[in-house]
Amino acid sequence: MAVLNSNIPPGPLAEKWEQYKFNTKLINPANKRKYKVIVVGAGLAGASAAATLAELGYEVHNFVFHDSPRRAHSVAAQGGINAAKNYPNDGDSVYRLFYDTIKGGDFRSREANVYRLAEVSLNIIDQCVAQGVPFAREYGGFLDNRSFGGAQVSRTFYARGQTGQQLLIGAYSALNKMIGAHAVKSYTHAEMLDLVVVNGHAKGIIVRHLETGAITRHNADAIVLATGGYGNVYNLSTLARNSNATAIWRAYKRGACFANPCYTQIHPTCIPVSGDYQSKLTLMSESLRNDGRVWVPKKKEDCKKRPRDIPEADRDYYLERMYAAFGNLAPRDVSSRAAKQVCDEGRGIGPSGLGVYLDFADAIQRLGEGKVRERYGNLFAMYHEITNEDAYHTPMRIYPAVHYTMGGLWVDYNLMSNLPGLFVLGEANFSDHGANRLGASALMQGLADGYFVIPATISAYLASQNPGQRPPVEHDAFRAAEADVQAIITKLMNSKGKHTPTSFHRRLGKIMWDHCGMARTKAGLEAGIKHIIALRDEYWREVNVLGAANDWNQALELANRVADYLELGELMCRDALHREESCGAHFREEYQYTTADPEVQNGLVNVGDVKRRDDVFAYVAGWEYPGTTEKAPVLNKEPLVYEAAHMSTRSYKV
Amino acid sequence: MSGIFKSSLGKKYLMAGTGVVLLSFVVGHLIGNLQVFGPPELINRYAYFLHSKPALLWSARIGLLAALVIHVSTAARLTMENRAARPIGYAGGVAFGSTWQSRHMFLSGAVILAFVAYHLAHFTWRLPAVNGLGDFTKLQTVLDGKTVPDVYGMMILGFQVWWVVLLYLIAQVLLLAHLSHGIASAFFSLGLRNHVWAPHLQRAGLALSVALFLGFVSIPAAIFTRVIGADYAEKTRMELRAATQFEAALVRGKEAR
Amino acid sequence: MKIKLKVWRQKNRDTPGQFKTYDSPELNEHMSFLEMLDVINEDLANKGEEPIAFDHDCREGICGTCSCVINGKPHGPNRGVATCQTYMRSFKDGDTIVVEPWRAKAFPIIKDLVVDRTAFDRIQHAGGYISVRTGAAPDANAILVPKKDADLAMDAAQCIGCGACVAACKNASAMLFVAAKVSHLGLLPQGQPEREKRVLAMVKQMDEEGFGACTATGSCQAVCPKEISIAFIARMNHDYGKALLKGDPHAAPGQAG
Ligand SMILES: Cc1cc2nc3c(=O)[nH]c(=O)nc-3n(C[C@H](O)[C@H](O)[C@H](O)COP(=O)(O)OP(=O)(O)OC[C@H]3O[C@@H](n4cnc5c(N)ncnc54)[C@H](O)[C@@H]3O)c2cc1C
Ligand code: HEM
Ligand code: FES
Repeated sequence: MAVLNSNIPPGPLAEKWEQYKFNTKLINPANKRKYKVIVVGAGLAGASAAATLAELGYEVHNFVFHDSPRRAHSVAAQGGINAAKNYPNDGDSVYRLFYDTIKGGDFRSREANVYRLAEVSLNIIDQCVAQGVPFAREYGGFLDNRSFGGAQVSRTFYARGQTGQQLLIGAYSALNKMIGAHAVKSYTHAEMLDLVVVNGHAKGIIVRHLETGAITRHNADAIVLATGGYGNVYNLSTLARNSNATAIWRAYKRGACFANPCYTQIHPTCIPVSGDYQSKLTLMSESLRNDGRVWVPKKKEDCKKRPRDIPEADRDYYLERMYAAFGNLAPRDVSSRAAKQVCDEGRGIGPSGLGVYLDFADAIQRLGEGKVRERYGNLFAMYHEITNEDAYHTPMRIYPAVHYTMGGLWVDYNLMSNLPGLFVLGEANFSDHGANRLGASALMQGLADGYFVIPATISAYLASQNPGQRPPVEHDAFRAAEADVQAIITKLMNSKGKHTPTSFHRRLGKIMWDHCGMARTKAGLEAGIKHIIALRDEYWREVNVLGAANDWNQALELANRVADYLELGELMCRDALHREESCGAHFREEYQYTTADPEVQNGLVNVGDVKRRDDVFAYVAGWEYPGTTEKAPVLNKEPLVYEAAHMSTRSYKV
Repeated sequence: MSGIFKSSLGKKYLMAGTGVVLLSFVVGHLIGNLQVFGPPELINRYAYFLHSKPALLWSARIGLLAALVIHVSTAARLTMENRAARPIGYAGGVAFGSTWQSRHMFLSGAVILAFVAYHLAHFTWRLPAVNGLGDFTKLQTVLDGKTVPDVYGMMILGFQVWWVVLLYLIAQVLLLAHLSHGIASAFFSLGLRNHVWAPHLQRAGLALSVALFLGFVSIPAAIFTRVIGADYAEKTRMELRAATQFEAALVRGKEAR
Repeated sequence: MKIKLKVWRQKNRDTPGQFKTYDSPELNEHMSFLEMLDVINEDLANKGEEPIAFDHDCREGICGTCSCVINGKPHGPNRGVATCQTYMRSFKDGDTIVVEPWRAKAFPIIKDLVVDRTAFDRIQHAGGYISVRTGAAPDANAILVPKKDADLAMDAAQCIGCGACVAACKNASAMLFVAAKVSHLGLLPQGQPEREKRVLAMVKQMDEEGFGACTATGSCQAVCPKEISIAFIARMNHDYGKALLKGDPHAAPGQAG
C-alpha cells in the first residue's frame, strides 16, 4: 500500500509557504547543472516549469506530442485567469480567493495547497504582464477585470476571448528564450508512452517519435508530468481531440496513485451535439452568463415552438428561480445539473431535446445590440459558424459538456507523487480544485505550479539525490519499459480486427456519459463497469490499425490512447461507485437533499442539491494499481483536515 | 548594414528606394513632356536647355541608370528566391485577396524594361529602324537664332505611326499596373505606413499612377488623333522626306563620283 | 449530401506524392470539414485503405494545427476561420473538393496533408520573447499601457501560428507571421529594450528558413483565420530599417544585421 503523506508544512495557513521556502534545502548553483529534469508537456504548467527550471540552471528536456509547444490545449481557454489583486477594490483578498476556491471545490481539496495558490496568484499576473501578455486594459492604461464563473468579485484578468492563448504564448516565449539559449532541449512530436521507475524513484521516460515511430529512452534525476486533463475518456468533450491520459495512466501503472478520478466537470454552456459524426463539443465562454438568461419552456408542449412565440409567462428562468443569490451565474456543476434536470423533465429544446436557451434579448434591450456585439461578438460569430443561427435574434441553444477533470495523479504539497522524483503539475494532478473547479482558476493553477511552486519544491527532492548519479538508459528498468511499450504497439498493429479505434472511442464515450456523467447511481455505475470490461475485451480482439508502426500513424496514436481510456474509464466508475456521497461535480442520485432535510426547510439549499457526507468521505481517494487489470485497484486515503475554512453546506441560494 | 543587400527586408528597401527614384524621374519626365501641348518652341527650348547642361544631364542619367540596374537586378534576385520558396505549386490554384498587379510586378517590370529600351532607341538614340519613318536626327529647327533638334516635330511625327502608338499604350498600361501597386508598396516596404495611413496611401498611390497614365497616354493619343500638331506633322513629314531625299541624292552623288 | 474528394497523398518526406480521388459516404451539411475527413477516413479504414493523415487538435480555430488548402485556398472558402471551423454547408452536393497540404520549401510535407512547421518555432527561438526571469516582474499595474497600444498588440498577438499566410503567399513568405510576433512585443512598453535585437534576429532566422520575401499582395491577410492586418508588416519593416540604420556600436564588425 502506498503512503499518502501530504507533507503539509507546519505553521499557520498564511505563513506555511514562506516558512516552507525558507526551510527547503537549496542546491548550489554549480551543482544545479548536473541535475537533469524531464518536463513532459508544454501547456501553461509544463512550459512555465521548463522555462523556470532552466533559468535556475537545471538541464531541462521538454517533451510534447504536439508539433510545437505552442499548441498545447491551454491555448483554447477563453474566459480568463483569476488573481486576488483586488485592483477593483471590491473586497477581494488572498483569503477570499482561497475560500471561494475551497467552497467551490465543495470542501474536497487540500487547504494548504489552495491557500498557496491564492497567494501566488498575485505574482502570476505580474509575471505575465512583464512577458508581454496583452491583457485587457482600461482607458487609463490600468488592467481591466471582470467577474467570472460564479464569483461575486471582479478578479478575472482576460485577453479578449483568448486568455489561454495569450498566457500560453507568454509561457511559450519564456520557453523559447531558454531553448534559444540552449538551456532547454525541446522534443516535439514526442509522445511519452511509459515512465521508468528505478528502485522506487521515477528516473526516466520512454518516448515514441510520432513521425518516425522511433522509440527512445530518456533518463533524468526528476520527471515532471504536465500533460493536461483526461476528459477525452468521454470521447466528446471541450478538450482538444489529441489531449489524452496516456502519460498519467502509464505512470499510474508504474505505481503513482490516481486521486479522485471520478471528479469530472461538466460545463453548462456548450453547443449541443448535432449528430453522431460529432468529434468535439465547443464551449461557449461562461462570460456569456453575465448577460444571458437561461430558460426553458414551462410546458413540454412548447418545446418545439419557436422561442419567440413562447410568451414570457410560459418561460421558466430556472436558475434565477432556483438560486436567487447567484441566478444565471451559479457555479458550473450546479448550472449543469439544473439543465439536465429540466431536460429530463422533458422540457429540453432543440432537435434532440437536450438543450436549453441562453437568451440575450433582455441584454440587447438594456445595453443595445452594439454593446452586446462589442462584448461577445466573437462568441456570437463562433456560434453562428457552427449552428448557422443568429443569436442576436434567436436565443442560443446550449447544453452541458465534459470540460475538465479535477482528478489526476495524487501529489503532496511539493507536487510530488507517491513515487519519489515524479512531479505532476497542472490539470494532470488532482490538487487544488476539489470536487469542482471554479471558472478562471485552472490557468491560475497551471501557472502557479509551473512558475512558482515546482521551482521551489523540486530542490527538496533533488538535494536528496547525488548529482550526476542518475541511472543510465542501459539500466534494466529502461530496457523493460521499452519492451512493454513495444509489446503494446505490436499487439495493436497485429490485432487486425474489424473496427477502428475511433469507433471504440465513441462507444466508450457513450458508456461513460450514460453511466458516469452528470448524475450517477450505484446500479448505473456497476453496469458501466461491466460494459467497459466487455468493450475492452472486444477492443484487443477487434481493433483495426492500418499503416505501419514505424511511420506517421494517427490511427496507432489513437489506438494507444484508447487502450488507456478503456482502463481509466473503469477506474473512474469504480471511484464514483465507492464515493457514496454527492459533492461538487460528483452527483450520486442516492445522495441529494430532499424536503425532509432541515437545510431545505431553512431555504439554504434546493431539493436535488448535492449532499456531502463529511463524516465518511472527507478524504482524497488515491487509487493504486495492483499490477494487473484483473484485480481491483487498491484504495488509499488522504484525510482532509480543515483548519481555517469551516466545512459548511455549499449554498448558492442565499 | 550589409543586411540591406542580404536580407529579404533589405532587398525590399532597395526596391522601394530605387523605385521611388525611378518614379520621381517618371513624374519629371511627364511634366517635361506635357509641354508638347504648348507651342513647339516650349518643349524645344526645354530640351535644348537640358542638353546644354551636360553635367546635370549625365549625372541624372547615371543616377537613373544605377537605380534601374539595382531595381532590376534586385527584382530578379527576389523573384528567383520567391519562386524557390515554393517548389511545388497548387493544383487548385485560384488567387484571392490580392490584385493582379501585385502578383505580376515582374511581368509589368519586364515589359517596362523592354519599353524603356525601345523608347531610348526611338527618341534618344533616334535609330531610324525602330520608328517606321526615317532618320529623326535630321529634324531640326531654329530657336533664338540657333539650329537645334526639333523635339516637338519628332514627337508629332513619331506618333503618327499606329503601331508605335500601340506600343506606347501597352507600356503605359503596364506602368499603370506596376505603379498602382508599387507606389503604395514602396511606403509599405520602407515602413512609412500604418493602420491609419494605409488606406490613404493606397488611394494616393493609385491616384498618382492613374494621373501618370493619363498624362503619358494623352500625348500619343492627342497626336495620333490630330488634336495637336496636325499641320506640323505634315510639315515635318515633308522636311524629313526632303532631308532623306537630299541625303539619298548625296549618296547617289558620291557613288556617281 | 455527397462529394468527391481529390486529395494529396504522400507517404513520407522522401516519397513524391500524388492526388487521389475518393467518393464520400453520405454526409451532412452541419458537419465540419474535419468531421467530413473523419467520416471518409472511417470509410477508408473499413475498406482496408490507410486513412488520410491530416493535422488537427482543438477543432475550434485556436490551436493553429489544422492546415488544409481547400480548392486552392488555405482554410477554405470562408474568411476569418480555420479549416476546422469550415462547415460542409459551404459546399454543394456533388462538388469535387480539392484538398492539398500547405506548400512551401520551408514547410516540408511529413505525410499526406501534414507539414512540418518547426521553422516557425525556430524563428521564435531566435528572439520571440521578452527576457524576464520568473519572479523578477514589477507589479502588473506599475507600467501603464495605453489601451490603444494594448488593443493593437492583442490584434497581432492573436496569431495562431497555423502558417496559412505562408501557404497563401505567392512567395511562400512568412512576413505576416513574423510581423505579428514582432509587433505584439514591440507595441508594449515591456518589449522596448529588446525591440531592435528581436527584429534583426527573427528576420535573419526567417530568411535562413527559406521563406520568400514580401510583395505586399495581401493574400496572407485574406486567409488569416484571425484576419491579422498586413499593416503589421509595414510596422516590422520600419523597425527593421531603424535597427539596421542604428546598428550596434558594441557588436563586432560584420555582426550587426
Ligand atoms: C475549451 C476550454 C476552455 C477553458 N477555459 C478556461 C478558462 O477560461 N480559465 C481557466 O482557468 N481554465 C480554462 N480551461 C481549463 C484550462 O485551460 C486547462 O485546465 C489548462 O490549460 C491545462 O493546462 P496544462 O498545462 O495542465 O495542460 P495542457 O495545456 O493540456 O498541456 C498538456 C501538454 O502535455 C503534452 N502531453 C500530453 N501528454 C503527453 C505525452 N504522453 N507525451 C508528451 N507530451 C504530452 C501536450 O503536448 C501538451 O503540451 C479551459 C479548458 C477548455 C477545454
Ligand atoms: C519606370 C520604371 C519603374 C518604376 C517607377 C518602378 C517603380 C517601382 C516601385 C515604386 C516598386 C515598389 C517597391 C516596393 O514594393 O517596395 C517597384 C517594385 C518592383 N519593380 Fe519596379 N519600377 C520600374 C521599373 C521596373 C523594371 C524595369 C523592373 C524589371 C523587371 C521592375 C521590377 C519590379 C519588381 C519585380 C517589383 C516588385 C518587387 C517585390 O515586391 O517583390 N520595375 N517598382
Ligand atoms: S484544429 Fe485547432 S485551429 Fe483548427
